[in-house]
Amino acid sequence: MKCTVNGQPQEIDDVWEGESLLYALRERMGLPGSKNACEQGECGSCTVYLDGTPVCACLVAAGQAADRDVVTVEGLGGEEELHPVQQAFLDAGAVQCGFCTPGLLVATHDLLEREPQPSDPEIREALAGNLCRCTGYEKILDAVRQAATTTAQAKAGQE
Amino acid sequence: MEFLRPATWDDALAAKAEHPGALPISGGTDVMVEINFDATRPDYLLDLTRIDELTDWSPDGERLRIGAGVTYTRLIAELADQLPGLAMASRTVGSPQIRNRGTVAGNLGSASPAGDAHPPLLADDAVVEAHSTRGVRHIPITEFYTGVKRNALEPDELIAAVLVPPADGPQQFSKIGTRNAMVISVTAFGLALHPSTNTVGAAFGSAAPTPRRATDAEAFLAAELTESGRWDTRAELDPAVVSRFGALVAEAASPIDDVRGTADYRTHALSVMARRTLVWAWTDYRRNRVRTCA
Ligand SMILES: Cc1cc2nc3c(=O)[nH]c(=O)nc-3n(C[C@H](O)[C@H](O)[C@H](O)COP(=O)(O)OP(=O)(O)OC[C@H]3O[C@@H](n4cnc5c(N)ncnc54)[C@H](O)[C@@H]3O)c2cc1C
Ligand code: FES
Ligand code: FES
Repeated sequence: MKCTVNGQPQEIDDVWEGESLLYALRERMGLPGSKNACEQGECGSCTVYLDGTPVCACLVAAGQAADRDVVTVEGLGGEEELHPVQQAFLDAGAVQCGFCTPGLLVATHDLLEREPQPSDPEIREALAGNLCRCTGYEKILDAVRQAATTTAQAKAGQE
Repeated sequence: MEFLRPATWDDALAAKAEHPGALPISGGTDVMVEINFDATRPDYLLDLTRIDELTDWSPDGERLRIGAGVTYTRLIAELADQLPGLAMASRTVGSPQIRNRGTVAGNLGSASPAGDAHPPLLADDAVVEAHSTRGVRHIPITEFYTGVKRNALEPDELIAAVLVPPADGPQQFSKIGTRNAMVISVTAFGLALHPSTNTVGAAFGSAAPTPRRATDAEAFLAAELTESGRWDTRAELDPAVVSRFGALVAEAASPIDDVRGTADYRTHALSVMARRTLVWAWTDYRRNRVRTCA
């Protein structure tokens, strides 16, 4: 099976196309960033971009991702520095055990791409598919607001 | 298990004819849960996500033809004006990630009594367009649901599209669940007023073995509105009519007790939702906010 993951062409042989994309990413491609918690679309910790759209990787058959473009949490930041969304989650204390974090980062990244200055209801709606058992969500909301601010400042700086 | 990945609709139909046991997979939001938990091991999985013909919607005579690959997210973004009831129901499905993948065709394929697309499709007289190598079949939505998680598709048929008339009057959808996001309905209700034909569509989910229309309630309300001249005058509704409508909707249900709720609760909730949605829809109608279509 061939697809593009985080900008790199991937070719993997022993995939069973009916297994989930999540399994293929974690077990066949060595990308354990996307987490496996429920395998039924409930928790969002496996959220990845598929052709630019956030989806639960556990609900995509590996064969459905063939020839498509996948971006995981590993593809958000660079080797050297964190993506502003990642930095904001750290700074705001939105990461405790961290299990939900990869999915939340992708969902937040997508939200800010679509809506750079989201209202609180918009944030809640965008993150409704991501469960966190640790933080109580307040710090996550803080992190999203901070990420929106830092992204806006970075953009203003560029202009 | 073999994975079939047809690139065209003709190839998909040929594959389904050759392997009638093949399990179609669109958004995978029902199918993959079953596979991940080993609840199903079909010999063939038939991926429909590569077929361009399925991914669009377009006007088709009196109706809108929604391709089987159109996701809830797109339906909400692109069709909320023309199909407000279906769009409202779509907004309540799962989470953004689920709506980005899930389809109305998949909801029909699963034919769960709790599927949220069903009440608005029933209230709006939708038609399922099924294809096979033998030809095209138009299945009225009222004949589509044949039992608990069973539908009228033949083993060699695939859903190509759903045909839905654009709203000619106010539509509403209401769903009861244990919280605001990501819930399977305890029970749900869809209402469509059809001033162009002086008829009413009213249907519910999760309160009978299949999604179901409340035909007595529909006929009662339509007759009341016609006889009292209210389709034209848009005068305020008589509270007794609203109550009676709610009671008739509840009477049409034959719910069960399960983990999500008791039969009594469901019956009660249905009568409340029916009354509320009627009042909302009528308020819209009185304000003349009839959504017309292009
Ligand atoms: C976390 C979560 C939350 C959910 N919340 C809701 C909710 O709130 N409300 C709700 O109604 N549903 C909900 N669902 C269920 C599911 O998302 C819906 O039923 C959705 O509409 C299924 O669409 P799909 O494209 O993903 O279908 P798939 O999983 O791809 O397929 C579903 C069924 O339809 C068949 N099928 C698919 N396409 C075709 C076709 N073109 N022709 C013939 N058969 C076909 C498949 O073989 C299968 O039997 C939820 C699911 C999850 C995982
Ligand atoms: S592991 Fe995919 S949503 Fe929980
Ligand atoms: S930080 Fe532990 S689940 Fe969110």
